[in-house]
Amino acid sequence: MSEELPAWSLSAEAAESIALPEEWPGEVTREWAWGGATGGGARVCVLDSGVETDHPLVGQVQRSVALSIEGDEVIVEDNDTAGDLCGHGTACAGVIRSLAPDCELVSVRVLGAGYTGSGAVLLEGLRWAIEQGYDVINMSLSTTKQKFASLLHELADTAYFRRTMLVASAHNMPVESYPWRFSSVISVGSHEQEDPYAYYYNPAPPVEFFARGVDVEVAWNGGGRLVCTGNSFATPHIAGIAALVLSKHPELTPFQLKSLLYLTATNVGGGK
Amino acid sequence: MSDELRAAVAAGVLGSEDQYRALLQSIVDVARAIFKAKASSILLLDEETDELVFEAAADEASEALIGKRFPSSTGIAGFVLVSRQPLVIEDVLTDPRFSRETAESTGFVPKGLMAVPLLHEERVLGVLEVLDRPSDTRFTLAEMELLGLFANQAAIALDLLQRARRAHEALRGDGELEVISRLAEKLEGRREEGAEGALRLLAELERLL
Repeated sequence: MSEELPAWSLSAEAAESIALPEEWPGEVTREWAWGGATGGGARVCVLDSGVETDHPLVGQVQRSVALSIEGDEVIVEDNDTAGDLCGHGTACAGVIRSLAPDCELVSVRVLGAGYTGSGAVLLEGLRWAIEQGYDVINMSLSTTKQKFASLLHELADTAYFRRTMLVASAHNMPVESYPWRFSSVISVGSHEQEDPYAYYYNPAPPVEFFARGVDVEVAWNGGGRLVCTGNSFATPHIAGIAALVLSKHPELTPFQLKSLLYLTATNVGGGK
Repeated sequence: MSDELRAAVAAGVLGSEDQYRALLQSIVDVARAIFKAKASSILLLDEETDELVFEAAADEASEALIGKRFPSSTGIAGFVLVSRQPLVIEDVLTDPRFSRETAESTGFVPKGLMAVPLLHEERVLGVLEVLDRPSDTRFTLAEMELLGLFANQAAIALDLLQRARRAHEALRGDGELEVISRLAEKLEGRREEGAEGALRLLAELERLL
């Protein structure tokens, strides 16, 4: 993805033109952050195993796309009808829907064709999703392959500067994997509480936030439900709250959104 | 010493397939006991065929499972492998697309499933599964951590098994070098009883050569 390169400086006249459209209150509260919001207008992408459309807990999926690689060619299948090949993507979509009922949901399927080449498909899926300019990308997966790390890092930064908030699952085990370790994404681990709105800022990153991830009732294939545990399910909780915030304050950049999540975290100023 | 000779000696003392299998078996036995689960198994990824293969299993039907294969994108294990994320699922029966065929072919259809990827350095070697932990207790993050510790152990054992297999594979068909490998293996095996006689004989052989 190429970017136009302006000169990076700020003249005295220009300083006035970048005044923030909305001032933050002295005390930032959850009420200010997303009170009354339902996610309307926010575009959320679920990069996963696909999403079952019309699942009662998911509702309408505005677009379903599947990515694959044949030889050197990236194939983008619009109107993917395969649904969810596992159930995992549907689970994530259902969590987002439960928090942000009116957001737009898009499924980008990057899993399902077997293990071989899965890292490359993941990368291309993320690249494609960033190009579409979604507000939030939920990524409850990671790769351990070092060769993808620098490319993923570049993509994560591109998303960050294009106002796409990448919300990525931290690993449940002490291993190096990507993209959750990058500072341009929001990385999410699990806490054990049942409150879907309880989330904690971690003052000792790389994992930046903890959200509900234990014994979560989620949507699964065939209109079903399952009780699941894993950071995979904590991640869409933060993605859903991010969608709420962005539907009320669409002008926020990923930096501002992250700051807002920090200020409203349960262990910071949350609950107000 | 050439690389081939070094490999031959290494293969001889590296340990046999049986020993590593025993280690994997012990890991699933302990995992099953610690989690008070009905079964536990380790699946190895065969990268050449893109399949998952049962390498060890602790349950009633364990013998019959070993060596069974299924596509790497199948079921929860397939997802865990590809996404590299551990998953804990209660009551999988409500998931119609949960790979029931695969589960039935193993002779055991679980209600709950914990699956964790086996990661060694940047590779994913396979999946560890623990089936049907007691459903009356709430799952905790401490259990998730424990599962990760088992996975780490299983990954190291799987890595050793694969190394041993590769070393033996490399020697297969090379009659001359295999003699050296077997010799090294025998010497290693006789350590306890003392191998002075054999070593003296080898010293004589060396003098002759």
